[in-house]
Amino acid sequence: MHWLQQLVNGLALGSIYALIALGYTMVYGVLRFINFAHSDVLMLGAYSAFYLAPRMEAVFGPQSAVGTLFIIIAAAAICAVIGILIELLAYRPLRNRPKLTVLITAIGVSLFIEFTCQHGAVFGADTKAFPKLLPSRELHFAGIEMASNDLLVLVLTAVLLFAMWFIVQRTKIGMAIRAVSFNEKAAALMGVNVNRVISFTFGLGSALAAVAGIFYAMRAPGIEPLMGVQPGVRAFIAAVLGGIGNLPGAALGGLLLGVLETVAGGIPGVSIYRDGIAFAILILILIFRPAGLLGRAVIEKV
Amino acid sequence: MMHVGAKRSLLGAILIAVVVSLLSAQFNRYYRDVAIDVAINIVLAVSLNLINGHTGQFSLGHAGFMAVGGYIAAKITLVFGVAAAAWSQPLIFLGALLTGGIVAALAGLAVGVPSLRLRGDYLAIVTLGFGEIIRVIFQTSETFGAATGLVAIPKWTTLGWGFGVAAITVYVVGSLVNSTYGRGFLAVHDDEIAAGAMGINPVRYKVTAFVVGAFFAGVAGGLFAHSKTTLSPTGFDFMKSIDIVVMVILGGMGNTVGVIIAAVLLTAVQEPLRALGPLRGIVFALIIIVLMMLRPQGLFSFGKKKGANA
Amino acid sequence: MSTPLLELKDVTIRFGGLTAISAFDLRIGDRELVGLIGPNGAGKTTAFNLITGVYQPTEGAIHFAGRTTLGHRPHQIAKRGIARTFQNIRLFGSMDVFDNVRTAVQVHRPHGIRDALVRMAGFRRGEKDVEKHVMELLEIFGLHGQRDEMAKSLPYGDQRRLEIVRALATRPKLLLLDEPAAGMNPTEKIELMKLIRFVQGKFGLAVLLVEHDMKVVMGICERIAVLDYGQKIGEGTPAEIQKNPKVIAAYLGQEAEHA
Repeated sequence: MHWLQQLVNGLALGSIYALIALGYTMVYGVLRFINFAHSDVLMLGAYSAFYLAPRMEAVFGPQSAVGTLFIIIAAAAICAVIGILIELLAYRPLRNRPKLTVLITAIGVSLFIEFTCQHGAVFGADTKAFPKLLPSRELHFAGIEMASNDLLVLVLTAVLLFAMWFIVQRTKIGMAIRAVSFNEKAAALMGVNVNRVISFTFGLGSALAAVAGIFYAMRAPGIEPLMGVQPGVRAFIAAVLGGIGNLPGAALGGLLLGVLETVAGGIPGVSIYRDGIAFAILILILIFRPAGLLGRAVIEKV
Repeated sequence: MMHVGAKRSLLGAILIAVVVSLLSAQFNRYYRDVAIDVAINIVLAVSLNLINGHTGQFSLGHAGFMAVGGYIAAKITLVFGVAAAAWSQPLIFLGALLTGGIVAALAGLAVGVPSLRLRGDYLAIVTLGFGEIIRVIFQTSETFGAATGLVAIPKWTTLGWGFGVAAITVYVVGSLVNSTYGRGFLAVHDDEIAAGAMGINPVRYKVTAFVVGAFFAGVAGGLFAHSKTTLSPTGFDFMKSIDIVVMVILGGMGNTVGVIIAAVLLTAVQEPLRALGPLRGIVFALIIIVLMMLRPQGLFSFGKKKGANA
Repeated sequence: MSTPLLELKDVTIRFGGLTAISAFDLRIGDRELVGLIGPNGAGKTTAFNLITGVYQPTEGAIHFAGRTTLGHRPHQIAKRGIARTFQNIRLFGSMDVFDNVRTAVQVHRPHGIRDALVRMAGFRRGEKDVEKHVMELLEIFGLHGQRDEMAKSLPYGDQRRLEIVRALATRPKLLLLDEPAAGMNPTEKIELMKLIRFVQGKFGLAVLLVEHDMKVVMGICERIAVLDYGQKIGEGTPAEIQKNPKVIAAYLGQEAEHA
């Protein structure tokens, strides 16, 4: 069942995209702005895990499940803080400026993080081997094979997506996020602390990106400071595909893009253009259905 | 109010460029190369300024147009020019540059048309995407050398060519914008709906900006190819587009003189920056952030912009 | 009237679940000064947007000078002779007073880009003509002294008038004014009324006026149509409208404010 194999592989990749895409879409939802630096947070998550792993090993022994869990939580927490700091220092002062100013600033922040991490005194530009956090076994079922890590990615992503849904739909802070996405001024008038909501959104999105970064690193040969760029761009396209600002859309877009890319990668003749496929999808969406699959078109009041 | 004597200034500038060029054999080669870089960057910055600054279309893929022009021009010279008679070489060079520019203009059309209804962030991403697609195309194309690119391109770009083209670019973009017709670009930038209500076709202006901007970026690419003598796809990536965008922002979006000064400054500062080694990128990124926070209107915008926008 | 200059027949527009305007009929003849009034949210600006092509009606027909406007884009409709001002002033912020009007002048000039680039003798002459035309218009409205000032730095009342000048620069046959008296003091309003009548006479225009100030509307309009919740609830001369019970009911409580 070749196609099932592709589907499963695609979903594993897509899960990673979905987690990152959620961060993009949430920030766009509350701030109407594309956080260019989001892709670098996932890189920072991977590096956090990289540096935490030896310490965890010392405590829990090599390749332990508990240790890995701690690593993931710790990396997520670190990156949540980083995300909140970035918003506080770089974006909040520009809250009332034209969108283009903030966009360029975001590009600047992203480049700053990347170049700083490339510096020898920080991480260095070389590719480092990512430690094996968990023993990886080949699982066989229904005629397909799957790495146990990939299964873990799928399961954990499902859990996280559910957690996200729960937070956004069933908690007070989630309601506040939705309110601010709809109408910031009205939400403020209703007593919502908009700044806190925005910080929370950044923190949450960054935490997810960190987890995605770790998952990505587990599947990749190694990590380096620019590792976030490719998955970051794909995830952004996934967010647009699903409808930017729409959370289920981001998840759907991520999974879909992962599958499409994997399938395309398997078709001879098309596979060299694998990189271009994501961009082609982006352009097609923006031409034919700019609101995305699940989004709603916004009508400008004249 | 208008460019009185603009044509005269243009011809004068070209004349000076040619004379300087003829004398340039005397100049220090290093400075000459830097000066040529300056000229190329002026063309890139002024052409991007038409799209970003004047018309307000935030394009992050300008390097893609440069790549198109550079590769096409280089291919033409490699095929036809190298073996041709010496007297015909300048003509072939001119033809190659123009062809590169025209194909780049077509690419500008291809990018501009779908971008029409996109706003700020989206437009930026799409143009970035197009820039990447163009780069990937050249990277996978055997005709253009794939990942290695093209080599042994004749070094035909002189000071005369460089500054001559720069002068023409400034003239064309300036003349376009500083006319009653040209106010339409600014109108589309300021308020597309109001512009439409006044009979200005926003689509036509946006596309025109892209096409003209892309044309000159393509010619700049051709000059670039014949100065560096090699072309590789990595030289036309997102970072290159950002370099040009920074020039436009530093100079002040829509401010032609400011953008020219910024292009000169940023080019001149390349070497000393390179001495910083790995710190170079960090400093560059910090400059962008600080600029946006403290002076987003650019370093050289003083007072109100009046009718003559240069 | 024979063939009206502007005719809306049974025009309806729905945005998703909301019907903003339904079954709206309106005719405006050459050189008529017609008012469009109604409580806030009644659909008046939407009507403007339909006429100028910003929105397309879900049902119904709109004809200008005998030809349909459906499917045409705003700049094409502007070329055909409909100009407008906006409820929230939409001047060109990066330009001065002169250039704001200058942008609108080129609607009727051919070969813009070619002239701009080649710049033969014709270009110089053309630009001089433009300058003359723009200054003439600015003088009528007393704005010629401020030609080099940034449009956004003008006092509010002057900005509103500048918007009208800009619209006039397109040489329209029909001028749509969206609340031109908003934010003006009583003296300015009287000036405005005189100006609108003057401009209508001098340029031979039809005018469709949306306005909340009843004195202005009743003072200059020959005919008034009344919208409420997207439907026309009355039409007639000022005198007739003032006595129309439906109109009074729609404005109940608001009349005291604007009388």
